[in-house]
Amino acid sequence: MRDHAPTDTQDAVRERFQALAERELSRLYGIARRLVGDDAEDVVQECLLRAYRNFAQLENEAAGKHWLTSILVNCARDQWRARGRRVETVELDEVDEFSLFRKIADEDPFPYSDSVHLDFLHQFGSEDVRAVLTSLPELYRVPLVLVHMAGYHVKEVAFMHEVPLGTMLARLHRGRKLFERELWGYAEENGLLKEGARP
Amino acid sequence: MITCSEAVKQLWDYLDGVVEESQRELVEEHLSFCRRCCGELEFAEELREFLASNADDDLAPEVRARLTATLDGLDRA
Repeated sequence: MRDHAPTDTQDAVRERFQALAERELSRLYGIARRLVGDDAEDVVQECLLRAYRNFAQLENEAAGKHWLTSILVNCARDQWRARGRRVETVELDEVDEFSLFRKIADEDPFPYSDSVHLDFLHQFGSEDVRAVLTSLPELYRVPLVLVHMAGYHVKEVAFMHEVPLGTMLARLHRGRKLFERELWGYAEENGLLKEGARP
Repeated sequence: MITCSEAVKQLWDYLDGVVEESQRELVEEHLSFCRRCCGELEFAEELREFLASNADDDLAPEVRARLTATLDGLDRA
């Protein structure tokens, strides 16, 4: 075993952590933007500090990416709690019957279009998508962001949250349905249901 | 046989490959004759791509600088 002076060891640990964190910085920030909007920088900063304090618990540094994501989600959750937000659940019946596909077909907002569904989606910029996402209850937003935007498998997200796969699948299903419904509501409220509303 | 409503409820899970084999067969059987649900499926795919295409954020230089400063000051925090 090599003999390290305590400060050398600490330097080496810090450098390993910094290398991992710098590789993941953009990805963590992108996830945070979708989870907490404008508070993303604070949440990523808290995530970095918390992760460094617990870096010794990371047994396999190859798992560092998922480990950091778990900590980020916990930091986001703590921030929601600190702001007094309760975990809001939605009854499935409220949203389950909503179909954005049918809504667009029925309302036909762009009657001269051959691709009305795609044209509808093309009205939304990144800021609009973020606004819709951050309007969803956290319980559903987190799996939606992690699975469909951060590329996690729903099984990984279930494991991360320590809930059964069926529970996470149900949350994801509701999250998608809510997202569809809120997209339509946002488009109505922001005048996106007009031909040429966006360049 | 399953209804349109039952098929639509499972389309995303079908795309994610997390429906059970028996359900998967029922969904595929339904899609083989239901044009409307094929449209729903196609739109679900478009929505998935839409979400994925909105996933990236450029890390603004000033934000990166502040986060890097956090990393540089870790042992002082």
